[in-house]
Amino acid sequence: MTTVDDRKELIQEVLEAYPAKAKKLRSKHLDVHAEGESDCGAKSNKKSVPGVMTTRGCAFAGAKGVVYGPIKDMIHVSHGPVGCGYYSWAGRRNYYTGTTGVDSFGTMQFTSDFQERDIVFGGDKKLAKLIDEAEELFPLNQGTTIESECPVGLIGDDIEAVARAKAKETGKPVIPVRCEGFRGVSQSLGHHIANDTVRDWVLPKADDYRKLPEGFEPGPYDVNIIGDYNIGGDAWPSRKLLEAIGLRVLCHFSGDGTFNEVVMTPLAKINLIHCYRSMNYICRFMEEKYGIGWMEYNFFGPTQIAKSLRKIAEQFDDVIQAKVEEVITSHQARVDQIIAKYRPRLEGKTVMIMVGGLRPRHVIPAFEDLGMNVIGTGYEFGHGDDYKRTLEYVNDGTVIYDDVSGYEFEEFAKQLKPDLIASGVKEKYVFQKMAVPFRQMHSWDYSGPYHGYEGFEVFARDMDLAINNPTWGLVKTPWEQ
Amino acid sequence: MRQIAFYGKGGIGKSTTSQNTLAAMAELGQRIMIVGCDPKADSTRLMLHSKAQTSVLQLAAELGAVEDVELEQVLQEGYRGVKCVESGGPEPGVGCAGRGIITAINFLEEEGAYEDLDFVSYDVLGDVVCGGFAMPIREGKAQEIYIVVSGEMMAMYAANNIARGVLKYAQSGGVRLGGLICNSRNTDKEVELIEELARRLNTQMIHFVPRDNVVQHAELRRMTVNEYAPDSKQAKEYAALADKIINNKNLTIPTPISMDELEELLIEFGILDSDEKYQEALAQEEAATV
Repeated sequence: MTTVDDRKELIQEVLEAYPAKAKKLRSKHLDVHAEGESDCGAKSNKKSVPGVMTTRGCAFAGAKGVVYGPIKDMIHVSHGPVGCGYYSWAGRRNYYTGTTGVDSFGTMQFTSDFQERDIVFGGDKKLAKLIDEAEELFPLNQGTTIESECPVGLIGDDIEAVARAKAKETGKPVIPVRCEGFRGVSQSLGHHIANDTVRDWVLPKADDYRKLPEGFEPGPYDVNIIGDYNIGGDAWPSRKLLEAIGLRVLCHFSGDGTFNEVVMTPLAKINLIHCYRSMNYICRFMEEKYGIGWMEYNFFGPTQIAKSLRKIAEQFDDVIQAKVEEVITSHQARVDQIIAKYRPRLEGKTVMIMVGGLRPRHVIPAFEDLGMNVIGTGYEFGHGDDYKRTLEYVNDGTVIYDDVSGYEFEEFAKQLKPDLIASGVKEKYVFQKMAVPFRQMHSWDYSGPYHGYEGFEVFARDMDLAINNPTWGLVKTPWEQ
Repeated sequence: MRQIAFYGKGGIGKSTTSQNTLAAMAELGQRIMIVGCDPKADSTRLMLHSKAQTSVLQLAAELGAVEDVELEQVLQEGYRGVKCVESGGPEPGVGCAGRGIITAINFLEEEGAYEDLDFVSYDVLGDVVCGGFAMPIREGKAQEIYIVVSGEMMAMYAANNIARGVLKYAQSGGVRLGGLICNSRNTDKEVELIEELARRLNTQMIHFVPRDNVVQHAELRRMTVNEYAPDSKQAKEYAALADKIINNKNLTIPTPISMDELEELLIEFGILDSDEKYQEALAQEEAATV
């Protein structure tokens, strides 16, 4: 029997526990990759099966937490009852520079805190008042986004009218985002909705809103970083790399980005997109509308960094291409050192990944640079195009699981016995209690950055710390003592 | 204490019929409270001789929260000692009126408004469009539903829909249908039609209220017929209906019918043309235009 067959059998075994209907539904989301197949065989972006533990979030999380939240000098209003805002307070470790409460508001929480009467009588007046108050308290804010929570959609408040009126009054953008959590099957729709509001409410007025830096002249090497949310500071080494190869980064959209950067985006030559899942929509729109091309890149691990840099350089002239080679060469010694230090400790270790919409494929080469093998991967909210893009990253026999349930993930881990599980906080403690080394791949477990050469060093250290931590050998269940 | 509710298509005359009937019931010695469940807050107008009283939700909005409202501030006594409360609600097109009704009824219960009464009557807006408007027929609330209807097709369509709502909560909450009140619009064969509809819905036409301008005259003066023209023929009709409701033992679980059945019924009574006739008429029209 081959690995592929073994693992296909494993999937069947795991599915056995489900009732017939759930089994049928879930079976379509699980597969084993076999060389030569043209797709991953896993269905995706479908409603989760009721009764299983899914890790998915909602449209509000996608719009507020992911796309808009990191724009640091805007006020992002969680519009509705207090919980959604409270539990998304401070974002997702989207680091930023600036003075919080003065010119930056990333870790602050603004909510309209709906009460019963706001439901009955509508919350539009309160929203208008909130924007007035925020304007008075934080005059340096560069605009407001209104992220609708579920009840706002249920009672049909006209937040667009409030947005229009307040934008006119303040002369700043006020963007209504209809990201009610009950819409769609996961946070993915929230990304799309947020992108659409950039298209409809921001870019049409970009020329009016834009404040060009003094002496700004458009240049041939202008690029935007799109969809890097600067988690643990990821966007910074990425920016340094791009600058090192001679490009000028105009905008971060949205990690450590400002509203002005968002309206500067149409001035660039190319959009470099990190998280394809959450920001491809706006890149496609800019391509259509402004003729700005876009390309994906991957700055996890030296192999992909070099590959991506060369690919980016192909879009430009010899000057950039020459610099790319210089940069790669100049980092080689450091890369060799990192690998020499960590690879012997990590060689042959196996990993199972389950993250959101990008990292389940993008971090695989970084593990491989350290001699590790990824034996299973899957997305929380990826779509078909993500699974297609995953093909070039996975090997024969890699188990693919879409929107994996708590039960499935646990069973796969018990059978496949990975040396490391790389997933999120919802999974972390389950696996750590099973004495399996674990790293959070959404938040970098309060570490990071992981992008670029600097990031790779941190990444390698963290994986070593997790896997070779002597604690795991000491964990015993009471009945095994 | 019996809790009853009047439902029916918007504009059918629910508020008028219910207040006129309840005034007659009060005359027969019943202690009554009316709970208006319509954002327009006009369910108690004829009892109070005033346009609209301060509603629970209006006051709650002014004071900040419903917890700040005292019962005395919103409970008024009207004609023949009938207690009157209006839930109130948002202006049209804003907020959630359904949630408002839930909030107001919970408030009344918590504040003990339901003590020392023979009847609590809920007057509910139009159709049962969402859970909020079904609040009065949910568990522990109204046990008897009276549907105000007429011989017009849309009124019967609404009545059937309301019967569906009653059926839904009949299993869980024990709500029953008390009957159809035909508020006459002088349509063809109205009595027979509503009696047949009642039979299909497994209920009764509890009373046929004829059309009489005295109702409008009384209403212009913000009065019930019972007060404005106590000796009129119409006052006796309401008294009869009042007596029937007080003594109503015919409480049933409704058997709502399908849209097709309803249309068949209308065809049967000559109100709607059959499909064949409709096609014929269409063909004729086409022929005429060609």
